[in-house]
Amino acid sequence: MEKRWLSLFVENDIGVLAKISGLFSGKAYNLESLTVGMTEDETVSRMTIRLISDDETFEQIKKQLNRCVEVIKVVDFTDSPIHMKELLFVKVRKCSKGDLDELFRIAEVFGVSIIDYDKESVLMECVQTESKNNALITLLSSDFQTIEVVRGGSVAIESISITER
Amino acid sequence: MQQIRGTSLLVKALQEEGVDTLFGYPGGLVTDIFDELYHQDDIKVVLPRHEQALVHEADGYARSTGKVGVCLVTGGPGAANMVTGIATAYYDSVPLVCLSGQVASSLIGDDAFQEADIVGITRNICKHGVIVNDRKNLGRILKEAFYIARTGKPGPVLVDLPKNVMVELGSDEYPDKVNIRGYKPSTKVHIGQLKKAVDLLNTSQKPIFLIGGGVNIAGAQAELTKLVELTKIPVVTTMMGKGSIDTKHPYYLGNVGMHGSYAANMAVTECDLLFSIGTRFSDRVTSKISEFARNAKIVHIDIDSAAISKNIKVDIPIVADAKEAITAMLNYVNEHETGEWLKQLLSWQGAHPLTMQSNNGLTAKKVIDHINETCQDAIVVTDVGQHQMWTIQFLELNRNMQLLTSGGMGTMGYGFPAALGAKLGNEHKTVICISGDGGMQMNIQELATAVAEELPVIICLFNNSSLGMVRQVQTLFFEKNYSSICTRRRKSCPRKCSGTSDQCPPYSPDFVALAKAYGAEGIRVTTEGEIGAAFDQALKNTDGPTIIEFIIDKDDLVLPMVQGGKPLYEMILEY
Ligand SMILES: Cc1ncc(C[n+]2csc(CCOP(=O)(O)OP(=O)(O)O)c2C)c(N)n1
Ligand SMILES: [Mg+2]
Repeated sequence: MEKRWLSLFVENDIGVLAKISGLFSGKAYNLESLTVGMTEDETVSRMTIRLISDDETFEQIKKQLNRCVEVIKVVDFTDSPIHMKELLFVKVRKCSKGDLDELFRIAEVFGVSIIDYDKESVLMECVQTESKNNALITLLSSDFQTIEVVRGGSVAIESISITER
Repeated sequence: MQQIRGTSLLVKALQEEGVDTLFGYPGGLVTDIFDELYHQDDIKVVLPRHEQALVHEADGYARSTGKVGVCLVTGGPGAANMVTGIATAYYDSVPLVCLSGQVASSLIGDDAFQEADIVGITRNICKHGVIVNDRKNLGRILKEAFYIARTGKPGPVLVDLPKNVMVELGSDEYPDKVNIRGYKPSTKVHIGQLKKAVDLLNTSQKPIFLIGGGVNIAGAQAELTKLVELTKIPVVTTMMGKGSIDTKHPYYLGNVGMHGSYAANMAVTECDLLFSIGTRFSDRVTSKISEFARNAKIVHIDIDSAAISKNIKVDIPIVADAKEAITAMLNYVNEHETGEWLKQLLSWQGAHPLTMQSNNGLTAKKVIDHINETCQDAIVVTDVGQHQMWTIQFLELNRNMQLLTSGGMGTMGYGFPAALGAKLGNEHKTVICISGDGGMQMNIQELATAVAEELPVIICLFNNSSLGMVRQVQTLFFEKNYSSICTRRRKSCPRKCSGTSDQCPPYSPDFVALAKAYGAEGIRVTTEGEIGAAFDQALKNTDGPTIIEFIIDKDDLVLPMVQGGKPLYEMILEY
């Protein structure tokens, strides 16, 4: 079982998201995250999908997706040069003065922004790779009592010259 | 450009697609369409008595003619009733266009009367499903629906038609071309791959062809026969592939799978090359995967790339239409030296031929033998159960015979309506339905349709007073705990009945009397000697259906049988 990435070009029509997510649930494929949004062509949406599967299932998933009339193109991002970022919000509450100082330091080191705070809470906005976001959450949840996490799922695009995932 | 209503464009579309028969059940959300149909004479509109049966009728029509079957139902309950029919067609790759009425676009989401999200409900059992949101897309969507249904791997397409769209004025243009960027079915064969496969064939010692339903759907029966005769390599078929080669052909070994013949299952187990065409290796075919074709290299030709390497790892995958692939193969193959292997196969066949053990004089096999002797040109349609398996085992098929059966879904209630659809599409052919006392009851109301349309279909109803297929499983694997399988059971029966009492209550319904109540004919046959006369009488009834009820022994079994999960070579051969 391995982590895989797919980028899907689909018709920007109602029901397409349900079709794709229904395919995963109906066939018991392991979907980890799915993001979707419009592209430069308003009739086309792109989905970035993260899933976990073995090699054979992954081949089958790609074929099943290709079979959908609404799917225009399936691109495997697992091993290709891409840029991939995920949006993560973390709210840390019930902070002491020392906690607040620590959080501002963490933000600086991790290169994420604090976009809102008061005397006992901090809200961080992190646009970085999923693995960096994972590391940040691990750190925060071990050091702080009350954290609230919202993640967007990754979006990805083919690289021009360098890779970042 | 003339402005016409959506309903007119729909009828125009049906005409341009060459639709001659439409299966329709009216209701509030499609009255405008039915009014439009009332005013035309090109399309025959058939009124089934239930929307599930309606879809099976369109399905039987489509399978037997190769044309797209067209369904039209109202929204809500009408559409929901189609679900089983659509799933049945989907898993057997049958081209259908299913049109459903929908509430007006402005009401969608309001839980309006008879609003049901049928596109959502059928999303995973359709080749494609779409709601027409805008009158200006109607022509394109209908054109695409027919195109998607019949091309590539065929399948049902659902088009949901909101009421307002159907009465709105708009263009009268029905496009003559389609261009769907996400759907480009290819049928072309990769010749390099094909040559590799043929090389494997030439170097193998114990090759076998495994043929699935894809060859029948592609209409490649003649090509397959040529291929077999050129190569002299023996053939086995799946249930859906039966009939792709004459069953009396010397190189034909029968069906593989759960109720396959001993020789066919052994052939697949022991071959060194399994050359498969148009099958998706369902679990009913392979049984225990790790033991399936355990010594063989596998070539797999299928039109659906997703069917390849899904269940079985293959050595040479080829995505192509069966007919194109086989036709191309004919240029490269040559006669194969299969002497020893063939001898082995024939000895397996001789050791355990398909037979039927029974304590009764009248058996399903004897009835099917009668059909074999008297019909050379017929469409035989089965329901689901033991009677289906016996038909598939014993029915002889030649180029003029066709067998329709629900393979992927195994839908009880399929047989009788599908037979009516087949008759509607093949007026001059004898159509025989083979059903059980359980399955017949699941769409018995279609007797009214058959009487109304004056369809002389012969229904062989094998009455074993039980849901025999399930009973067989209980006999073999559940210590004869006959749970919920007796169709004669009444409240007064002991709760746990061994099924051997002499004082069983009378069977309900009385099928012969019921046939008569519908205005059909009914004949009851209890002994072997009456079979011929009953068929003669049924054949004389040319203006309506005849039920011949054959009273058979509930203990008759379908053998061989491979228990689910067991390897194909572990067959139960007798009981
Ligand atoms: C709609 C549906 N419900 C249940 C089943 C499960 N099932 C398969 S065969 C069978 C028994 C069929 O009985 P009958 O029609 O009398 O045929 P027989 O096996 O006795 O020949 C049942 C219940 C099914 N295939 N389809
Ligand atoms: Mg029965």
